[in-house]
Amino acid sequence: MAGKTPKSVTALKNLRSYCEEHLAGQYSIEVIDLLQNPQLAEGDQILAVPTLVKKVPEPVRKIIGDLSNKEKVLVGLDIRIKQE
Amino acid sequence: MSKKKQVASKKLQVLQKTPSGIPGLDEITFGGLPTGRPTLICGAAGCGKTLFSLEFIIRGALNYNEPGVFIAFEEKAEELTANVASLGFDLSALQAQNKIRIDHIHIDRSEIEETGEYDLEGLFIRMNYAIDAIGAKRVVLDTIENLFSGLSNQAILRSELRRLFQWLKNKGVTAVITGERGDTTLTKQGLEEYVSDCVIVLDHRVTGEISTRRLRIVKYRGSLHGTNEYPFLIDDEGISVLPITSLVLNKPVSSAIVSTGIPALNKMLGKNGFFKGSSILVSGTAGTGKTSIAASFAYEACKNNERCLFFAFEESPQQIVRNMKSIGINFDPYIKKNTLQFYASRPTIYGLEMHLLAIHKAIRKFKPSLVIMDPISNFVSIGNFSEVRAMLVRLIDFLQQEQVTVMFTALSINIGINEQTDDGVSSLVDSWILLKDIETNGERNKGLYIIKSRGMDHSKQIREFIISSKGINIVDVYIGPGGILTGSARETHILHEKQMSHKTAKK
Repeated sequence: MAGKTPKSVTALKNLRSYCEEHLAGQYSIEVIDLLQNPQLAEGDQILAVPTLVKKVPEPVRKIIGDLSNKEKVLVGLDIRIKQE
Repeated sequence: MSKKKQVASKKLQVLQKTPSGIPGLDEITFGGLPTGRPTLICGAAGCGKTLFSLEFIIRGALNYNEPGVFIAFEEKAEELTANVASLGFDLSALQAQNKIRIDHIHIDRSEIEETGEYDLEGLFIRMNYAIDAIGAKRVVLDTIENLFSGLSNQAILRSELRRLFQWLKNKGVTAVITGERGDTTLTKQGLEEYVSDCVIVLDHRVTGEISTRRLRIVKYRGSLHGTNEYPFLIDDEGISVLPITSLVLNKPVSSAIVSTGIPALNKMLGKNGFFKGSSILVSGTAGTGKTSIAASFAYEACKNNERCLFFAFEESPQQIVRNMKSIGINFDPYIKKNTLQFYASRPTIYGLEMHLLAIHKAIRKFKPSLVIMDPISNFVSIGNFSEVRAMLVRLIDFLQQEQVTVMFTALSINIGINEQTDDGVSSLVDSWILLKDIETNGERNKGLYIIKSRGMDHSKQIREFIISSKGINIVDVYIGPGGILTGSARETHILHEKQMSHKTAKK
């Protein structure tokens, strides 16, 4: 995220609730504020803000936006298999 | 706005320009790209956008001490480094010195999932960080349209792009944005809507199997600019843009005279030779002795210790040297002394632009005071009339600027109908000598006359000239009852006159 914008606050709130619901006790979330650590943007190839980067398990995946679409987030985090 | 007002406002605030360092481009933009504003470079694939923008950054760092950031959406830093290594630029060294920073932005659609609202603040932060890290004055975004393939929310992208270009302006960096050419628009994603201060279009066209790259400044707010399409080249030294003609006609002139090496021709010109730095055309049909005249001009220059560069587009240098020995011209000692240099190439090996550049380079390197081009008519095989003409205009322009005397030879085919050379250069040259066959009494003799020679009171007669083992000689005019006498008719006339004078002497 880049500063405490409404979008990033919403995203973090959404993420916490999904994790609590599905991954209670098995997750860790690292919050990086690019305004404070701009050099970290390059390493993770961050363009859009807010971006959720899932590092493990592989493959690395980026979910951008305020994470308001629960279904998409869960699929992106490989918690749920994509349903046609 | 009235003219007066315009002049006044110009004096008040002139648009600042950042020199690109690309040879020729700064000439047609009258100083470079607009400082602190974004410039859009667009063109189809493979027309040199990335190289153009990269060169802008590299030359800025090397020549103008302006650090630059290259945001690459397409290629990685290592790839870019390898690409420009062939041009002699050491990108990694420049990166190590903090003069250039390359930031590769990788967008992979398969990795990205979009949910809800977002913005591109991450990109802004990265760019800001990169710019501040080295104090960059120049920024390149190559090719920002890749964002459109990675992210699907067009509305967000467009508003963010608008914000990005405004942000670049506020940041005060001179930016170059590249964009792929679209079908109906300048760029596929309509970037020209956002970047509207300066737009340059690159083009790569193939005509008659020979490709030419061209560049055009579509728009340049607040500045004059050359509006033509200018050919440009990519060679081992990067990009060079060649303006068709210099924009003003104010070349230095000399009234010094250079001898032609043929005493009688000097006399015919009325000034003992041609002006130094002038251009001379020798045209005529096949076998009239064009190369011989050019060679004797070169030989005279060599004898006077002037450097001479001989461009041979038809014969090999060895052939010319051997053949000229038969008319008493021995180039060997001067080639050894390096006062004479041959430059031979086939016109068809590359396009006109490449030739022009090669010629420019050869001249800059050797610094001759006389240039011979034998023959220019061969260029018609690789370009049409107007292209060859345009190239020669530029060449003559350049030579005059450098105060180099030049002699062209040209083969004219339709000599009977109009005395126009195939290349239409006659109006560009200062002096024009025409060689023609004179066929009478079953003989073919060579005639020479001066069609024009600017600034000289030259002879208007057709004179017979003879090429012998002693060189070229122009014989005196003998007029018989049927006009000018040539060949054996002239000789009979001379003999007859001699006899007559003998007789009168005896009496």
